Amino acid sequence: MLRGTLSPSPAWYARLGYRRSVQRGNSLGPVGTLIRFFALLLCGIFFGLPLVWLILAPTKTDAQLTQNFPLSLGSLAKIGEDWQHLLSFDDGVIVQWSINSILYTLTTLVLALAVSLPAGYALATSRPRGRRIILSLTLVAMLLPISALVLPLFLEMNLIQLVNTPWSVILPTAFFPFGVYLAFIYYAVSLPKELLDAARIDGANEWQRFWHVGLPLSRPLLGLLAFLNFTATWNNYFLPFVMLQDTSVYNLPVGLQALMIGTPALHPTTSTNIPIHRAELALAGVLMVLPVAIVFLFSQRFVISGALTGSIKD
Amino acid sequence: MDTPILSPASTSVLPKEKSRSRWRRLIPTAADVFVLPYVLFLLAFGILPGVYALVLSFSSFANGTPQYFAAGLQNYVTAYTDFRFGTAFANVFQFLIISVPFGVIGVTAIALLIHARTGWFSDLMRTIYFLPGAVAGPTVVLLTLFMCDPQVSPFRGLFGLFHMQTIVDVIQPSHIPWLFTLMGFFVGAGGWIAIFYGGLQGISQELLEAAIIDGANGWQMAVWVKLPLIRRYVIYLFILTFAGNIQIFTEPQIISVSFSLFGFSTISPYWSPNQLSYYFAFNIGNFGAAAAISLLMVAIGLLGAMLVIRATGFFRTDAAAG
Repeated sequence: MLRGTLSPSPAWYARLGYRRSVQRGNSLGPVGTLIRFFALLLCGIFFGLPLVWLILAPTKTDAQLTQNFPLSLGSLAKIGEDWQHLLSFDDGVIVQWSINSILYTLTTLVLALAVSLPAGYALATSRPRGRRIILSLTLVAMLLPISALVLPLFLEMNLIQLVNTPWSVILPTAFFPFGVYLAFIYYAVSLPKELLDAARIDGANEWQRFWHVGLPLSRPLLGLLAFLNFTATWNNYFLPFVMLQDTSVYNLPVGLQALMIGTPALHPTTSTNIPIHRAELALAGVLMVLPVAIVFLFSQRFVISGALTGSIKD
Repeated sequence: MDTPILSPASTSVLPKEKSRSRWRRLIPTAADVFVLPYVLFLLAFGILPGVYALVLSFSSFANGTPQYFAAGLQNYVTAYTDFRFGTAFANVFQFLIISVPFGVIGVTAIALLIHARTGWFSDLMRTIYFLPGAVAGPTVVLLTLFMCDPQVSPFRGLFGLFHMQTIVDVIQPSHIPWLFTLMGFFVGAGGWIAIFYGGLQGISQELLEAAIIDGANGWQMAVWVKLPLIRRYVIYLFILTFAGNIQIFTEPQIISVSFSLFGFSTISPYWSPNQLSYYFAFNIGNFGAAAAISLLMVAIGLLGAMLVIRATGFFRTDAAAG
């Protein structure tokens, strides 16, 4: 290996696996590496501990929650009891809330994709009328937090008498400027013009080109958009809170708030017979978090790889 | 007006082209049709609410039903001189001073730390940070109320160090900005760390290797090589955090309602400007004043949007689309 040379050859480095670690600047030093390890671990505790507690909480009684070790496991049968107690609130309205959440989220998702994808595609591959204005307005709308518009939206919905209906929540959320912008970037950067031209030569019209060429090639985009829209809609609170008055049309976030206020779970001094305490609330919380957490687990790579393609090149 | 000359045998080129393009402009192209549904949504849920809010801010609600343009500037005066208006903005300002630097520095530092080494530990930590993004709205508040209750919280040892025995000790008015900062960080940091990580992954290996050859260690590389290359992400994060945190509504609203049932108020129902707007609308019934505040919040949000567009040069990507 070192015959006739004083310095190690690249092959020697490679054999030691040194090259790979050097490429990441592994030279934090032993102390540095330890500091990094503990810093990241502490952050892991900050982010992870509350969720672990939340998942374990429904298994314990109120007394156990207070007295036992916070991360202890109670009894799994308790979860069943908690669910029964949740069902006893307002004749099992929590089931209706769950159905509503699923319905609103899926409807919004389908509508948002159906509207945003063709728009982003057209903006990227042709010159529709008012292209620049549409893009500018999309950028602005995308960066404008919707909280500022909730009140005017309410009054607008009130005007057309859609308040207190699912559409008052579905329609404004199906307006998805971020989706249009991401689709625009994606199609502009990642769609090979040659494929579209070849399709045009073969006699395909605009719709066929979109449906048979553009759409099948946009799976990462679809993944990212579906993820973003799903999580935003499922967790939506402010808009449904303002729009929906009857408990029967609530989604889960608004329903959870009703549970927090209307039950003795967080206010032990209120005298009611409703058997909803901290464990039950925790179960409701888990119910809300679990679907999104699963989606999150599968979608992290979309966020890392796809989110800001093309906008960060210096 | 020229008559459309459709015959291809015509030898006169200029008039034919001019009239043909004028003729063609009347027919919507397929691209226009693709974009149409979105444009309708954009008008209905992007532009129209803003315009409607503008109209409302000049309307009077004295008689219950809106009388458009009857109020002149009265609504603005009512809203902006209300004693709660200044307090609301002061509260949010206090919150911003703490949350924006904390958020930006926190996310950047963690992302750089994670990127310093590869391996299962980095991936696991990154995933753990990412998961709380699934929690939002009332669930975050619920979780916070549990975590801040020394009786049940796994962090009760920490509270003991600060002599905080009950939840009231923890959720004091003076602690509120820190509380909201931590809540926001808990939910939002992971997603941004993932985005930053993606950006860091995009840095070319040659650049990093050149730095190593120049003798940089991991820390120096993070500060002098990687950080400048992701500065656009940092600016983007700064502006979005700033603009987003000004609009805070859910957390103070739920805590306010939850605690008012305890018999005392830790946080008022008009702690933040958006809450005040909601209060004017639904507790007092003065939609005009509510609209005046909403518009101000929209304007601030627009300012943030403009800054992002300028700072990150979004329009430069326009060139990619021929």
